[in-house]
Amino acid sequence: MPTSTQTTVPGPAGAPEPDSHPESGKGQTPKAVVRPGDRIFSAATLIAGILILLILAGVALFLLAQSTDTIKAQMDDPSSITGGKGFFSYVWPLVIGTLISSAIALLVATPFALGIALFTTHMAPRKLAPALGYVIDLLAAIPSVVYGLWGIALAGNLTAFYLWLSKWFGWIPIFAADENGAVSNTGRTLLTASLVLSIMILPIITSLTREIFLQTPRLQEEAALALGATRWEMIRMSVLPFGKSGIASATMLGLGRALGETMAVAMILSPGLLTASLVVSGNQTIASEIAQNFPEAAGLRLSELITIGLVLFVITLLVNMGARAVVAKTSVKGS
Amino acid sequence: MLTTTNNSTSTPRTLTSKQLPKFTPWVVAIGSIIVAIIISFVSFGGFNIPVVAVLAGLINMVAVFALSASYEGRRKATDRVATTIVTSSFVLACVPLISLLWLTVSKGGAAINGDLLSRTMLGMKGVLDQQYVAGEAALAGGFYHAIVGTVLITLAACVISIPIGVLTAIYLVEYAGKNRLGKAITFLVDVMTGIPSIVAGLFAFALFSTIANVIMPEAAGIAKTGFTAAVALSVLMVPIVVRNTEEILRLVPMDLREASYALGVPKWKTIVKIVLPTSVSGILSGITIAIARVIGETAPIMVTAGFAKTLNWNLFSGWMSTLPTYIYDSQLRPVSPGDAALASSERAWAAAFVLVTLVMVLNLLARLIAKVLAPKAGR
Repeated sequence: MPTSTQTTVPGPAGAPEPDSHPESGKGQTPKAVVRPGDRIFSAATLIAGILILLILAGVALFLLAQSTDTIKAQMDDPSSITGGKGFFSYVWPLVIGTLISSAIALLVATPFALGIALFTTHMAPRKLAPALGYVIDLLAAIPSVVYGLWGIALAGNLTAFYLWLSKWFGWIPIFAADENGAVSNTGRTLLTASLVLSIMILPIITSLTREIFLQTPRLQEEAALALGATRWEMIRMSVLPFGKSGIASATMLGLGRALGETMAVAMILSPGLLTASLVVSGNQTIASEIAQNFPEAAGLRLSELITIGLVLFVITLLVNMGARAVVAKTSVKGS
Repeated sequence: MLTTTNNSTSTPRTLTSKQLPKFTPWVVAIGSIIVAIIISFVSFGGFNIPVVAVLAGLINMVAVFALSASYEGRRKATDRVATTIVTSSFVLACVPLISLLWLTVSKGGAAINGDLLSRTMLGMKGVLDQQYVAGEAALAGGFYHAIVGTVLITLAACVISIPIGVLTAIYLVEYAGKNRLGKAITFLVDVMTGIPSIVAGLFAFALFSTIANVIMPEAAGIAKTGFTAAVALSVLMVPIVVRNTEEILRLVPMDLREASYALGVPKWKTIVKIVLPTSVSGILSGITIAIARVIGETAPIMVTAGFAKTLNWNLFSGWMSTLPTYIYDSQLRPVSPGDAALASSERAWAAAFVLVTLVMVLNLLARLIAKVLAPKAGR
């Protein structure tokens, strides 16, 4: 790295004269002198940037390439696909299961995330706030497989709660018991998986909303307080309206995370057919279907799993792009 | 919503309105917990923690509202209830964290020992686990191979993704300005952070099996190697490195660059000698966070590197195991089914203990780096 590009100290005039760089000799342009080092370096950074574009394109391309077998099978003989009724009736329940579990996770996590973000930004003692924020970040640091292990260990404790739910709220289809009047006796149901998912997406929604809440114009907050608003009224009048779009995009990013989360669901859920009830075993998500079947898969089955992976990729891509578009449209200037 | 300055019916004697004493919320909280416990004993026939917690929360809310509304007025009461709800949402969120850490330490910490750390699953038989559960032998097996796999795969992922990530960030900050390519890259990096980890794994697998198909169509399953897993992890790691590095580079004051240019230093040298050293602490801590992030990934590893039972030092051939896949495999496919599956579960928890410790240490390290290496003369 130490090359001979050491320049002579410029004269008192300061501006580097072209002739003070003998090594860059030929280029007689009076203004910018481009050195080989500059060219190489900027080219290297440019290549790295383009590589990222290629990777993303590659993800889509190679998944598509590996799913051609499935597409062919769907065209020629739909009954050869798992389930025997073609690709769409195979992937449909999985998509529904994925969406349901993510939706529940989001419904549970968002209010908590908002509460925590408000707590750390506006209610906790100033000195404690960063430490408390760090505690929530720790939730994000824990690997998902450990969440899965934890979920399995805890699932059994939830059966009493599910029994209670099905007893009192069984008339709602999602809490209905099965035909024998029983709920899953291991507790390893979609609801358990969704609850664990909600804990896993909590930190991402929290940290994003926290950042948005911190951007609320100080003057607006102080003006509200000066007019005699209580702290909660100040939050309702200035902080929440200001952060509305940010909250929306944060929840969408949380949704993206929940859609793609694999291990916790794959470990906790004992999979089965699509059922409306969340407290009996059954249902399956795309990601955990892949995880549970991939190790033994070969041939067409392998291609099927890659194809549903592609479906998952497209869904999360749309959700994330939507979220980013919301952010880009309403981002605060000068942040 | 806003009150007028003067209440026409009764003129307040002082400028301050009535206020409950500071200790009120605590008293009410303790009181409602006691009431909840009593109710739990009377109508549920015993002490039931979840029931008590829910009841206490509800009673507390109602009591605070009633007390405050009758003394301080409705608006103050709403404020107090909102504060209670917000605070308790934070406390509730800490419950799973504490429960998880406690289970990991109590279950994993109890099972862990030097033998587990230094042995592989070579020659593991169901009989050995049955003997352990029956109390006739010590816990057999171990996860030395998984630790080696974790380190190797993560290192390889770092070698791939750190140069790409850091260089891209430099391009975005120093060269792209506001051009279209820069914007496109920024957008796609954002999108990339949202790629589900299993899709990243599938991508790496699809990539290498396509290549393997072209080179030697005979050898099926050759695509599953440690290196494939490293590529999968890189897909997840690059966007994190780019984002963190970019953020830090943007913090370097423009004055420094301009001063350097004014002295006639070329741009690339300015970046290498001025910008990067100034931000090195932030970049390193960002990289450490990225490592902590991908080291716990399971899904991409299991679709790309399989589940190895024995030690494999070669990234380019054969299956490999990492701590996360080891945990998954042990828990869901125990060596011996039935009661003796407990032994596999114990190994899984011990590995989880090691993994969580590793991740926590990396996170702490990131904070430490950010603090220790930070430029001293900052404003």
